[in-house]
Amino acid sequence: MRIAIVDESASRASVIREGLAQLDDCELFVLTQRHGLLATIEDIAPDVVLIDLGNPSRDVLEEYFAVSRALSRPIAMFVDRSDEEAIGASIDAGVSAYVVDGLAASRIRPVLDLAVRRFGAFARLQADLDEAKGKLAERDLVDRAKRLLMKSRGLSEPDAYAELRRKAMQSSRRIADIAEAVVTAHDLMKGDE
Amino acid sequence: MSEHLTIGFLPLVDACLPILAAEHGFAAEEGLELSFVRDVSWATVLDRLLYGHSDAAHMLAPLAIATTLGRARPAQALAAPFVLGLNGNAITLAPGLAQAVGAPDGRLGDPLAIGQALATVAAARVAAGRKLRFGVVHRYSSHNYMLRYWLAACGIRPDVDVEIATVAPPFVADALESGEIDGTCVGEPWNSVAVERGAGRIVLATAQIWRRGVEKVLALREARLEERRDAVEALIRAMRKAGAHFVDPANWQANAAVLADARYLGGSPELILRAISDRLVLAHGTAPIHYADFMFQYREAANFPWVSQAEWLYSQMARWDHTPFNADEAAKAARVTRPDVYRSALAGTGDLLPGASSKVEGSLGQKTAVSAQQGTMVLEQNSFFDGRTFDPDDLPGYLASLPG
Repeated sequence: MRIAIVDESASRASVIREGLAQLDDCELFVLTQRHGLLATIEDIAPDVVLIDLGNPSRDVLEEYFAVSRALSRPIAMFVDRSDEEAIGASIDAGVSAYVVDGLAASRIRPVLDLAVRRFGAFARLQADLDEAKGKLAERDLVDRAKRLLMKSRGLSEPDAYAELRRKAMQSSRRIADIAEAVVTAHDLMKGDE
Repeated sequence: MSEHLTIGFLPLVDACLPILAAEHGFAAEEGLELSFVRDVSWATVLDRLLYGHSDAAHMLAPLAIATTLGRARPAQALAAPFVLGLNGNAITLAPGLAQAVGAPDGRLGDPLAIGQALATVAAARVAAGRKLRFGVVHRYSSHNYMLRYWLAACGIRPDVDVEIATVAPPFVADALESGEIDGTCVGEPWNSVAVERGAGRIVLATAQIWRRGVEKVLALREARLEERRDAVEALIRAMRKAGAHFVDPANWQANAAVLADARYLGGSPELILRAISDRLVLAHGTAPIHYADFMFQYREAANFPWVSQAEWLYSQMARWDHTPFNADEAAKAARVTRPDVYRSALAGTGDLLPGASSKVEGSLGQKTAVSAQQGTMVLEQNSFFDGRTFDPDDLPGYLASLPG
C-alpha cells in the first residue's frame, strides 16, 4: 500500500512517518512542499493520502481528487459511512484521510488508527514544549518584578522574592500573576517610556 | 443564563457579522456567548461543522448546497437561515493581461467589453497551446459560478477555452506572480494583496456581473439548527445589529481594526478597510476608486435567505458539473435556505421582512417597491450584466437558455 503524508510541518510529518513505518507492506511518501503538490501526488499514485486539517492545500487536493482522471481516483474517507467513529476520531486528532476507491476498510483502519495516535502524540509534545516555554517566560517575569522591587524599595533579592510570595499567598494567586501585576503597574506608571 | 455557540470561519472580510456581533456585545445582549474556530481551508471548516467541532459556520453558499446534495461527499443536510453577505469579490488579472484586454485606468472595466477582449486573448492562447488559467477559491463557490457565468456570456467556454482551478486565497498573489494563473476571482482582502504586490490588477467587481449576487451564508447541520433553534435566532438578531454597525461609515476604521486582529483575519487594517468602505485600489500605486455596494451586508434585507438564490446556485451547479436537471435535487437545494427561521428570529423587532420568500432574480432594472410583511420595502437595481433573468419557476427553461 502506498501512503502519502502531506504536512507542511516537517517535524510532525516525520513523527507520523515513524509511526506508520511499523505497518507491514507499506511504502511511505512525505510531502512537505506546497509547490508542485499535485504533480508529486500524481507521480506517487498513492492508495491513501493523509493530510493535516490545518493544511491550506486541502481544497486544492479535494478538487483534484474529484476531477482528476489521472489518478485511480482516491476519494474522501467520508464516503465510507461505516466507520463514522474512526472518522470523528481523526477529525478530533486533526488529520483527514483520502482513500482510493475500493480499498478494504480492514486495510484502512490500522493506518488511520496509527495516524490518529501519532497526531495525538505530536500534539502532546507540542503542548509540553509550549508549557516549558511558558515556564521560562514566567521566570523572566518574576526576575523583572524582583528587580523592580529591589530598586524601588531598596530590598535585597531574597526579600523581594519573599514579598512577592507573601502577596501571592495573601490573595491566593500565583507568584507569576503577582509579578505580572507589578511589571504591568510599573509599565503603566512610567508611561510611554 | 447565556447560551454558547461555536462558529467556524475562514479569514475573509465577509466573516465580519458574527465576529462583530461578538466584539460589540450584540451577541451578549441576546444572551449569547460566541467562540470562533479559524481555519485555512473550506474542507476543514466543513469537517468541523459536520463532526460537531462547530455549531455554525461561515460557508460558501454553493458548498452548503453541494454538501446537502452529496456532491463529492456523502449527503448531509445543511441549513442556511442567514446570508452573511452579497458579492464582495473581484476579478483580478495579471497586469499584462489586464492591459491586453483594455482594462481602463482609474475605474472598473465594462464586463462585456473586457469579456470580449478576453475572448480574443483566450483564443490566441488556445492556438499557442497555453490556455489562459484562472484560479477560484473552491469548486463550489460563488466565485467559480460568477466567473463562469461572465466568461460563458462573453463567448468563452470554461474548461474548453480556458482552464479554471482551485487556488487557496492566501496563495493567489503568489500564483499570479509566478504565472501559475493569469487571473482570479477571489474575495477581499486577497485582490488588494495581489494589487499591493504588483501581481495583479482588479478589473471587475462581481457586483457588476450580478448586482446582488449571493455569497457566504451562515450554515448549520439541519439537525443542529433544530436543537439550537433559540440560540440561532438570537444569533440572527445579533448579526442584524452587527450589520447596521458594519455599514455605518463612523465605524469603518474601528471595525477594520477589529477584523485585522490576529484571532480573526490577521491582516492589514488598511487593506480590510478598502472592502468595508467600497474603496478599492485597482492597480498598484494608484488612487482608490469608489464602487458602491462592492460588499452588501445590510440594506434591503440583504441577509434574507431567498429560496430563489439557492435555486440559482443549483442551476449553476447542474450547468458546470454537467449533471442533468433533477427536480428532486432542485427541491433539496431550495430547502437549504431557511427564510422561515430568519422571519421567526426577527418578527416583532421592526426589521424589514420581505413579503415573498422567492423572487425572479436579476429582474430589477431600477429601484422598485415590493411588499413587505408590514407595508412595503424598496429594492434597488438587481440585474445580471447580460440582461438575463432567472425565474425559479422555470429552472429547466433557464438552463436550456444559457450558453454551454
